[in-house]
Amino acid sequence: MTKRFGPLVAVDGVDFTVRPGEIHALLGENGAGKTTLMNILYGLYHADSGEILIDGRVAHLGSPRDALRAHIGMVHQHFMLVPVFTVAENVILGAEPVRRFGGFLDRAKARALIHAQAEAFGLSVDPDAVVENLPVGVQQRVEIVKALVREANLLILDEPTAALTPQETDELFQAMRSLRESGKSVVFITHKLGEVMAVVDRITVMRAGRVVGMTTPEATSESELASMMVGRQVLFNVVRSAARPSAPVLEVEDLLVADERGGKAVDGLSLTVHGGEILAVAGVQGNGQTELARALFGLAPTLSGRIRLEGRDLTGCSPHQVARAGVGYIPEDRQREGLVLGFSVAENLMLDLYDRPPFARGLRFSPRAVRANAESRFAEFDIRAASTSLPVSALSGGNQQKVVLAREFSRPLKLLIASQPTRGLDVGSTEIIHRRLIEARDSGAAVLVVSTELDEVLALGDRIAVMYRGRISGYATSDTPREQIGLLMAGVGGEASLEPVP
Amino acid sequence: MKPADTVPEEGPGTSPPAAQSEPAEPSPSGRKGLLRRGAGGALSWVVGADTLVMTVLSIFSALVIGALLMIVTNSSTLAAWARFPSNPGGAFATSWSLVAAAYGALLTGSVGSPSAYVHFFTTGSAAAFNTAFNPLSETLVDTAPLLLAGLALTLAFKAGLFNIGGPSQIIAGAIMAGWVGLTMSNLPLAIHMPLALLAGCFGGAVAGWIPGVLRARTGAHEVIVTIMLNYVALNLLVFVLGLQVFLPPGGTNSVSRPILASAMLPLLAGSGLRLNASILIAAAAAVAVAWLLSRTTIGFRFRMVGGSHDAARAAGVDIPRAITLAFVLSGILCGLAGAVMILGISPQLVQNYGGDTGFTAFIIALLGRGKPGGVVLAALLFGAFQAGGLQMQVSTSVPLELIEVIEAVIVFFISAPGLVRAIYRIRVGGGGFRLLSQGWGG
Repeated sequence: MTKRFGPLVAVDGVDFTVRPGEIHALLGENGAGKTTLMNILYGLYHADSGEILIDGRVAHLGSPRDALRAHIGMVHQHFMLVPVFTVAENVILGAEPVRRFGGFLDRAKARALIHAQAEAFGLSVDPDAVVENLPVGVQQRVEIVKALVREANLLILDEPTAALTPQETDELFQAMRSLRESGKSVVFITHKLGEVMAVVDRITVMRAGRVVGMTTPEATSESELASMMVGRQVLFNVVRSAARPSAPVLEVEDLLVADERGGKAVDGLSLTVHGGEILAVAGVQGNGQTELARALFGLAPTLSGRIRLEGRDLTGCSPHQVARAGVGYIPEDRQREGLVLGFSVAENLMLDLYDRPPFARGLRFSPRAVRANAESRFAEFDIRAASTSLPVSALSGGNQQKVVLAREFSRPLKLLIASQPTRGLDVGSTEIIHRRLIEARDSGAAVLVVSTELDEVLALGDRIAVMYRGRISGYATSDTPREQIGLLMAGVGGEASLEPVP
Repeated sequence: MKPADTVPEEGPGTSPPAAQSEPAEPSPSGRKGLLRRGAGGALSWVVGADTLVMTVLSIFSALVIGALLMIVTNSSTLAAWARFPSNPGGAFATSWSLVAAAYGALLTGSVGSPSAYVHFFTTGSAAAFNTAFNPLSETLVDTAPLLLAGLALTLAFKAGLFNIGGPSQIIAGAIMAGWVGLTMSNLPLAIHMPLALLAGCFGGAVAGWIPGVLRARTGAHEVIVTIMLNYVALNLLVFVLGLQVFLPPGGTNSVSRPILASAMLPLLAGSGLRLNASILIAAAAAVAVAWLLSRTTIGFRFRMVGGSHDAARAAGVDIPRAITLAFVLSGILCGLAGAVMILGISPQLVQNYGGDTGFTAFIIALLGRGKPGGVVLAALLFGAFQAGGLQMQVSTSVPLELIEVIEAVIVFFISAPGLVRAIYRIRVGGGGFRLLSQGWGG
């Protein structure tokens, strides 16, 4: 199977070949053009020039329907499933098997199809389960089965491990290997180097729309791949000294926070963060970490429990009061809660300080002070933008996050809450953000980092708390074996280590 | 989607990751700052120019469609077109003369005719002055309430709110100003007139507070609430017009007594012209709104709430309070529009007072693109349309309703920038243009 691309716009003159029966990693930072390239393959976008060859013949893929007919299947980063349908209904959607007479749906045949694929590749799914009740890992299996039922020979997986636990990731890799055994090809899009080394046969690295290298796991190393992705040497783990914890700054007792559907997102959680230390909260997405961070900043109402900052009760305070008490907040969704996208970079650098000097005196608001502040923040935080008056939406993700960080750092902080601080950021920006978080710690602030990335948790956390179903299922340190943390993330075997490590 | 759209967020200013390795060269910060401002200034100029071009083209297109409508609805042009095979030139000539006469009347009715100005400057007589400047005076008189209401809606827009309650707030302002203006006799002008204006503001504030507080505290959508309140206000007006306080002695005809002279806005250009202080009030309001939005913490808070509720909340803004305040201020401006109408333009309350002003204001706010300066220009244009439209109806057979059609078609083009671009073959290039199309096309 051969696919060739001539010069493209977002993807610039890329040649990319997948052989039958291989797992091929497509590696690159955000915006490197990986997803664009694959979307062209899947018929979602059209190449401006260049051609796609399948088994030596030129293929015209005008739509996903064409791609499916050419036996190309894709599992998107965000699943394309109907939540209220059953697994079987989702799998057959768009290619419904019908009985010969009357055109009725043939559910029995659908089930048989699913069972056949599940048997063959170790992808066990219950055809009658409703998709919205399934864990993320199983939903992903449904997506893969969906592609296989359509007789895909080339399966494109776009960042498939982003939302999975380590155990689920292993299961996925197992399935990928059995697909390879049966002669199918898998394209594995990712920016996680460890996974690439673990499972793939060949690696193509992309940077800024071009292919910068093609190699195999045997012939390379993680650090070599990283510098290919970024175009320079990368420090993996930011060097940090040992923490020197002081008195407790944040104390949370029996915190109860509701989720959107009225359930308990945070269910009687207690934790303490000391000054001068980073407590990293690990956990699979959706175990209450988001709600915990928002509740601590006063953005989500607490049902019961206590939040204290240096002994002062902050339970039920508004974000305004929490911020004034000395808490910084880096929200999980920076584009929604962290920034006003239509505002200029300069205005975003002082959003929460708009009503105090030097930006305001009484009712009067000073655009000049806004500009002056922005000029100094630009230099200090190395924000790359042509102008402080540019809308912040024109900045790259990494620079947007630097804007949020620069703003939160511009007032004295006793506690910094950082929720998914490097989600979606490239390696270079991640390094800068991590360094800043450690600087905040070293200056004596308490830092609470919430992250679903185990690498980040291990790189930053002086102590690690693992959250599972709204509670802390156990504590760990960066020396704890990954497998054990993985088990805690899955809610297994936490009792022994439940005591907070000092 | 095109592949080009998927290059994520790599704006013109962001550098490739490779450049992030070493810190920027320590260059003289002054020069660096200058360069930054230069680039940003150029970009905003391009966006601004694009907006202006699109607006002008929208108005022009609407006038063209208006001309076509004139031709196909006029009996003499239709007759000329029926003779097209024998006399093709005649059909075009008749059509041209109709359109030229109608739009000519629109122009002379709104800004005046050269001959009248020449006559005034040669004779200098008071009568010639009135004839020459009457069109301008009429335009400005019509502009004042439109400008006030347009500013009201722009203020709400900025806070992310759609105030469709212009009519209700104008009526509330007119009722309150009217009540003070025709009941409190024996007051000197210096007290009575300002008092009546304040009463109008108060009426508008209450009418704006209701949808504001409902939206802020209960989440009731302001569009639904304000539309419904418009009906409430219309019927409240009917009720008020049945009260003895408002009616002339023995009158039952649903037309109130006129406002007392001591509450009327003073005339600015003598008794021969209707031009009065309302245009000064409106101009002052435009300056005040511009100042509020760009130079006060309240304005920044409004813009933040309008930009993103989530980000504003995280930045510590009390969103319900900001929404309520924005609606009250918007209501005050509409109430002021109602007050200047009754104290300066048509001093008797009647049913359906204010008519379409509240809705036309919506078009003006849209045309003004959220900028007080833009709203001033848009209000002047629509004031001219109203004043000139009357002249057009009088001197040609083209009905006044055509103006409303043209106004509506302007909105149509403004909200469909893709259509205007297609008609005039404007290519969408560069980041600035795409930003604009996201703003209006999304």
